[in-house]
Amino acid sequence: MSVVSLQLGQCGNQIGHELFNVISDDSNGPNRKKYKQCSDERFFYERSTGELVARSVLVDMEPKVISQAIAKASKSGRWRYGDKAHFSQKQGSGNNWANGFCVHGPRHEEAVEDLVRMEMERCDRLAGIFTMMSVAGGTGSGVGTYITQCLRDLYPNSFILNQVTWPYGAGEVIVQNYNSVLTLSNLYQLSDAILVHENDTVHKICSQLMNIKHISISDVNKVIAHQLASVLQPAYTADSPCHYSTNPIGELLTSLVCHPEYKLLSLCNIPQMSSTSLAYSVFNWPGLLKHLRQMLIASARMEEGIDWTVSAPSEVTSGGESATNSRHKNFNLSLANILILRGKDVSTAVTDGFKDPALYVPWLKTENIFSTWTSPVAFNGYEKSATLVSNSQSLLKPLDNIVRKAWNMFASRAYVHQYIKFGISEEDFLDSFTALEQIISSYTHL
Amino acid sequence: MTQSIVVQVGQCGNQVGCRFWDLALREHAHVNQMGIYDEALSSFFRNVDQRGADSTGGKINTLKARAVLVDMEEGVLGEILQGPLRSLFSGTQLISDVSGSGNNWAVGYHTYGLAYREQIVDQVRKAAEHCDCLQCFFLIHSMGGGTGSGLGTFVLKLLEDEFPEVCRIVTSVYPTAEDDVITSPYNSVLAMKELTEHADCVLPVDNQSLVDIVGKIQHMSNTGKPSCTIKKDCTIISGRGGVVKVEKPFDAMNNIVANLLLNITSSARFEGSLNMDLNEIAMNLVPFPRLHYLLPSLTPLYTLADVNIPTRRLDQMFSDAFSKEHQLIRADPKHNLYLACALMLRGNVQLSDLRRNIERLKPTLPFVPWNQEGWKTSLCSVPPVCHSHSLLALANNTCVKSTFFELRERFLKLYRRKAHLHHYLAVDGMELAGFSEALSSISALIEEYTHLESPLMPSAPRLTIAT
Repeated sequence: MSVVSLQLGQCGNQIGHELFNVISDDSNGPNRKKYKQCSDERFFYERSTGELVARSVLVDMEPKVISQAIAKASKSGRWRYGDKAHFSQKQGSGNNWANGFCVHGPRHEEAVEDLVRMEMERCDRLAGIFTMMSVAGGTGSGVGTYITQCLRDLYPNSFILNQVTWPYGAGEVIVQNYNSVLTLSNLYQLSDAILVHENDTVHKICSQLMNIKHISISDVNKVIAHQLASVLQPAYTADSPCHYSTNPIGELLTSLVCHPEYKLLSLCNIPQMSSTSLAYSVFNWPGLLKHLRQMLIASARMEEGIDWTVSAPSEVTSGGESATNSRHKNFNLSLANILILRGKDVSTAVTDGFKDPALYVPWLKTENIFSTWTSPVAFNGYEKSATLVSNSQSLLKPLDNIVRKAWNMFASRAYVHQYIKFGISEEDFLDSFTALEQIISSYTHL
Repeated sequence: MTQSIVVQVGQCGNQVGCRFWDLALREHAHVNQMGIYDEALSSFFRNVDQRGADSTGGKINTLKARAVLVDMEEGVLGEILQGPLRSLFSGTQLISDVSGSGNNWAVGYHTYGLAYREQIVDQVRKAAEHCDCLQCFFLIHSMGGGTGSGLGTFVLKLLEDEFPEVCRIVTSVYPTAEDDVITSPYNSVLAMKELTEHADCVLPVDNQSLVDIVGKIQHMSNTGKPSCTIKKDCTIISGRGGVVKVEKPFDAMNNIVANLLLNITSSARFEGSLNMDLNEIAMNLVPFPRLHYLLPSLTPLYTLADVNIPTRRLDQMFSDAFSKEHQLIRADPKHNLYLACALMLRGNVQLSDLRRNIERLKPTLPFVPWNQEGWKTSLCSVPPVCHSHSLLALANNTCVKSTFFELRERFLKLYRRKAHLHHYLAVDGMELAGFSEALSSISALIEEYTHLESPLMPSAPRLTIAT
């Protein structure tokens, strides 16, 4: 089954390009013929000349990033983008969600829908649509939301998984909080699930775990691509334990999104380190899984600085009321988790730690809350690699921050005239704020 | 790729404009070694073959600037037509008259505005037709004189009427207190009203700051500390390497302003990992429609001869951008509130350097409470000529109100005595009401900036969901 990707805006296009690079590198590793076959069918199609072409549509309102991505892909020699599979205009969206959603989106709706339809028709069976965008800018966020809306109307029975990148807390774009609020509130109704990456977290991974001295945007993108590929590459799942799953996105969604009110997914992937240290490191599954479990409970998104004092309620054996309360004040309650294990001796990994019902909400049946996907093939140079995709409260704090800052700015009505110019009213802003407060409230009161 | 048209009005505007074209050619020659007419060039130049028609792509034939040059006396334009830049402009792009505006805003705005309206609209429309996708008008003028100030603001209004969707970025050279034109306060305040109402963004620059900067650089390169050797002439102020060989008196100062324009457009012209288009400038830096005055500051101002720039120097560059010596207009941003700030980096600067410096500078700069992290950043990979990297900071800061306040005081000194008013009122179309409107406009602007500085009422509480 094939996945059709949609890369939107500068961030989406840069990440998409790195993602296909990682997938291609990983599939071309040693000893993995069937894996490569499955992965190739999922993400590429083969031309008569034998070269692999990505099943991807690139959309941006200005041409520079797309031309760079296409050129770099062709240069790699292993895969390329389709010749006509991109759409760009001359002038960007100016970091304005309203410009993207109300002006550029409708104007170019047909052209983009045609491109997506071409890719969809090329697939034998469609696993789903995977979009990549950022929420801070104008095109990725505004045009991205509009296109998702169109695709949802056109293909009501297909799965749509949106990967979004949240910006650095300390400003890349001044109106990023407005754009984020408008995007997330609208996307929530349209998407099947929203998979979130935060620039701050990934930046810390680059600096502290991977020891990169001068971090560039492509370093950050490579980490995000690595994490995404670890989810999307072929694996054995509960539904298909003997051959690679043919419905990865569908299974991801059925396992994690049990209720339409709870759609925010976060990703943790360990180990993550620089390639020089990798050669000298040895991992074992119990160690990795223990770390991952604590990262889940303590809402740590990377392997450094995990708070080991946080524990699940059932583990409290003694101690007074105050001690118990403080220990699970920071406890991260989950709705559902998927553990994806890739590498050597994967069958020996013991995942019972994740099945503990104390980690989860009480109103879900135990068999629905946790599943494991495995793959014996070593992923992207890591002998053992574990990824946790989680639907939990861990994104609550960052989301709350974004809404708080946006509300502060809205209270003084700063920049609102720029959005009204393109067709959004104050009412729309208030609706978006309401929707997000609802989501925050739902997650808080799990 | 989008195109921009430069409209230069008056003596100052044309002289700065000339420096801009010279430096733009130098920059593109440096980057574009193969002589191919590429996207970056097309943002400011047209490629014209022998018959005068546009030829796209391929080798460069003749470059024509996307510009309209306006001056009401012939001296400056005549020099351009005889100088080495003459091939950049076809005769029709230059609009001139004989006698000048006599440092009188009313003559520039009303008399010449009316007389040359059709011609100017024609020329601008022609230039716009040659553009695939016109994004922005750059207007360069001075505020103190008659043509630049009067006719310049008339053209601004015209551009808004004829091309309402195209962004208008205005570079205005403000007069200083010691300006030699006595009526410059009148001209400036009358022009300010137009700028506040019709421009999308204004980049105010003043002569005194430019003089200080040039003086400092020349002092440094002449005395030269033993540890840092500065390459003479390879600086922001030098036009060396450009087309025009002989340097004229104001050239050093004008080069700085020209570099400002080059750096603003660099991310739109060249590639980078974090692009910033021109419409994003207005979007991010203008929180309320009338408060669109952005303080520019440019670093580094001189090139050091040593090749490996250690990280300390990079950090120094960021700190310099927020020091008073590198600003192009005299103001004190650190003791006033920042509404928003944009950092436009060129060259080999990495994301981590940028983030580290923002973290470092944040605590020292007072931001308005509803925009605590009001930073807009962009990274362009192509550095300017002779530098390995550069930083342009555009700040929307309430300190501009003190500049406007001083301007208003100088205006009032003359206005209270009705000095020189008869020259203005003698012009057809100019009335006393014009003066009082301009005065109230600038007062309202100062008031708006002051209002933002006052501690706000407690902000509205967040929406809560009924449970």
